[in-house]
Amino acid sequence: MIAELGQIALILALAMAVLLATVPLVGAWRGDERLMRLAPSLVAGHFVFALAAWLALVAAFLNHDFSVINVALNSNLLLPWYYRISASWGSHEGSLLLWILMLAGWMLAVVVFSRSLPKPFLTRVLSVMGMVSIGFLLFTLLTSNPFDRVLPGPPDGQDLNPLLQDPGMIFHPPLLYMGYVGFAVAFGFAIAGLLGGRVERDWVRWSRPWTLSAWAFLTAGITLGSWWAYYELGWGGWWFWDPVENASFIPWLIGTALIHSQAVTEKRGAFAAWTILLSIAAFSMSLLGTFLVRSGVLTSVHAFAHDPDRGLFILAFMGIVTGGALLLYALRAPRIATGEGFDWLSRESLLLLNNVFFAVSAAMVLLGTLYPLIVDFMGWGQISVGPPYFGAMFILLMTPIVLLMPLGPYTRWRQDKPQRVLHPLIKAAIFAIVGGIVISLLLGAWNMRAVTGWIGGLWLAAGALGWLWGQKQSIRGRLPRHQIGMALAHAGAGVFVIGVAMVESTTLERDVRVAPGETVTVAGLNFHLEEVASVKGPNWIADEARFSVQRDDREITRMHPQKRRYHRGGQVMTQVALRPGPLRDLYVAMGEPLGDDGAWSIRIHIKPFIRWIWAGALLMTLGGLLSATDRRYWRTQRAQAGRPERSPIGQEALA
Amino acid sequence: MTPTRKKRLVLVGLLVIGIGAAAAVAITALQSNMFFFITPTDVHAQTMPPDRQFRLGGLVMAGTVERDPHSLAVSFTVTDGAYELPVTFNGILPDLFREGQGVIAHGRLGEDGQFHAHEVLARHDETYMPAELARALERTGHPMEANIQPGPTARQRD
Repeated sequence: MIAELGQIALILALAMAVLLATVPLVGAWRGDERLMRLAPSLVAGHFVFALAAWLALVAAFLNHDFSVINVALNSNLLLPWYYRISASWGSHEGSLLLWILMLAGWMLAVVVFSRSLPKPFLTRVLSVMGMVSIGFLLFTLLTSNPFDRVLPGPPDGQDLNPLLQDPGMIFHPPLLYMGYVGFAVAFGFAIAGLLGGRVERDWVRWSRPWTLSAWAFLTAGITLGSWWAYYELGWGGWWFWDPVENASFIPWLIGTALIHSQAVTEKRGAFAAWTILLSIAAFSMSLLGTFLVRSGVLTSVHAFAHDPDRGLFILAFMGIVTGGALLLYALRAPRIATGEGFDWLSRESLLLLNNVFFAVSAAMVLLGTLYPLIVDFMGWGQISVGPPYFGAMFILLMTPIVLLMPLGPYTRWRQDKPQRVLHPLIKAAIFAIVGGIVISLLLGAWNMRAVTGWIGGLWLAAGALGWLWGQKQSIRGRLPRHQIGMALAHAGAGVFVIGVAMVESTTLERDVRVAPGETVTVAGLNFHLEEVASVKGPNWIADEARFSVQRDDREITRMHPQKRRYHRGGQVMTQVALRPGPLRDLYVAMGEPLGDDGAWSIRIHIKPFIRWIWAGALLMTLGGLLSATDRRYWRTQRAQAGRPERSPIGQEALA
Repeated sequence: MTPTRKKRLVLVGLLVIGIGAAAAVAITALQSNMFFFITPTDVHAQTMPPDRQFRLGGLVMAGTVERDPHSLAVSFTVTDGAYELPVTFNGILPDLFREGQGVIAHGRLGEDGQFHAHEVLARHDETYMPAELARALERTGHPMEANIQPGPTARQRD
């Protein structure tokens, strides 16, 4: 019964979306206040029904309603309640419902927080987002209905993939989707701006906090995914350049370019056309990501769903959204103002370089991800692109970004002198070089990658924090949040660079055969295997290796990795034992039983500074969120609400 | 030419050079990191250059998995129904590596006629199998059961 209610709610949400995409838009076009006033209520209704549908699915999972196919396939009587909730988005159908709920949530947030925008503009934004929602609702209802029944239902369900039975999996998809879908707001603003016939600085300022928060959520989501892969997949890496990881990373790269180009457009009016293109691209890449994950076209650890029809639907939808947006862009491009000019050394040119490198990086990742598909399609054989391709490209493209990043905030808009920009940074540079060398020596990580990583990371952190300190000295009162946010994010990039350099250069990995009673020594630590015992969990049994980790005959910790076998489906899974630390992680995983003496193949890793990778990304997230809450973006919005729309800036047309 | 135009020309020129260089670097990097997917039939049909890396796909032949009791060395035979190829590996096999099941091995063809894997991937659960493997098996006339879908693979490296 509840499932049927969910189905009805979903259909009603579609009805709301259809109304939202048409009626208020006509109002905005004709200047009809009454029709435009419908938009907020329709958005609220859309959200309520999407929420109801989602709650209905969660209820079906919690109640063990196995006559709902989705529940039967992804849950069972033994699954704990919190995984039953997360199982509701663990499947393809459920994840789409989550996507729709997120979109509805973002739309509601726009109504609540941006209600002071000029009516026609706000209406257009909401209508465009309503159109996006129509696509996803149709997709769900027509190809992937989460409420489909099978009667009579089986007495018990199958299992949720054991890999997904993990706390990280409860939060990873919602955060990632928050980011993906959040770019729909920037997309909506850009399209609304184009539809309105003029492109202004104003709408860019209004859309900045939305883009920043979407970017922050995406950063958090990707970070959580990386952390999950590290401890859950059992082979100790933090990033694999897997197609599905790339699918979330491409929108992130474009989004990073976008938040920087928006700054230029808002402040100086320049790059307006480029900002619009990036807004369209960020959301298109989010759709492409959904396509790659959901169609299963790529062989990938993440491709939990496979269905060519669904892939085709998303591809067609993506074609309509992107194609339509680009067509509109082409029609309106001549009317986009170019803004003010700038000198070769100015904040504009530095941000331009930022955009070039991030956009090219996104293109490189996209190329490497899609290349196997292209080759296969052309009938040239089946290939895959190895991680070294991505690694090499990234070192090449990120080096200039690391070098130039601290210069950005110091440089004035329009034009500046090299002397003035570089002078305050000399201290930071000396600090980074000396500090990098000293720390690498102290850590015993005396190799090229570690040293350059430390120098680069310290340069970023010192440059960002030094700039913030200088700002604090020069202005009275409190620092604006967007400045603190930016410094935090840039310093976070530094922390991230240090983490990556240390992990990639000085990780110790030992795959060894260990029998009970034997000891393996790695980096001065003795891993003593006492016994391999049998243990039981709620829905699995496991072999558990009991390690005592000792230094100088003193036990410093105990580690108990497991090899689990799940009752339903009989899947085998490695449960890693981890001892996290700020300077290094100890990592022990079980392989397989060997020989007659109870020996196992055991994987022991010592990963230095791996936490810094996620800590850095977390700082970027915080920085993004802090900037998004800066009152500047919101206050301006209020102040201008009463005023009529301003004329476009600049007169020069962009060819 | 006006100064603005001149500036623009220089900018466009730099852009073209930049894109050209980036494309050249990308293609070189792609070429050297591209791994072809092969099956034992492919190995039989043509001579493969021994210095190139490949992804070998097929089923682990039942009764061929041999472990050295004193180290992590393991050998097994991969078959696609038509032909077979012996594989050696030194390391930890993935959770779902089993006899009679699908497997993908990354590595090189040795002069000794064996495939030396440095990474072994297995399908990740009872119902999933890598897309390219499923297709390859279909080509050699050994389609998997209908319910087997392309899907995630687990990997282990040495």
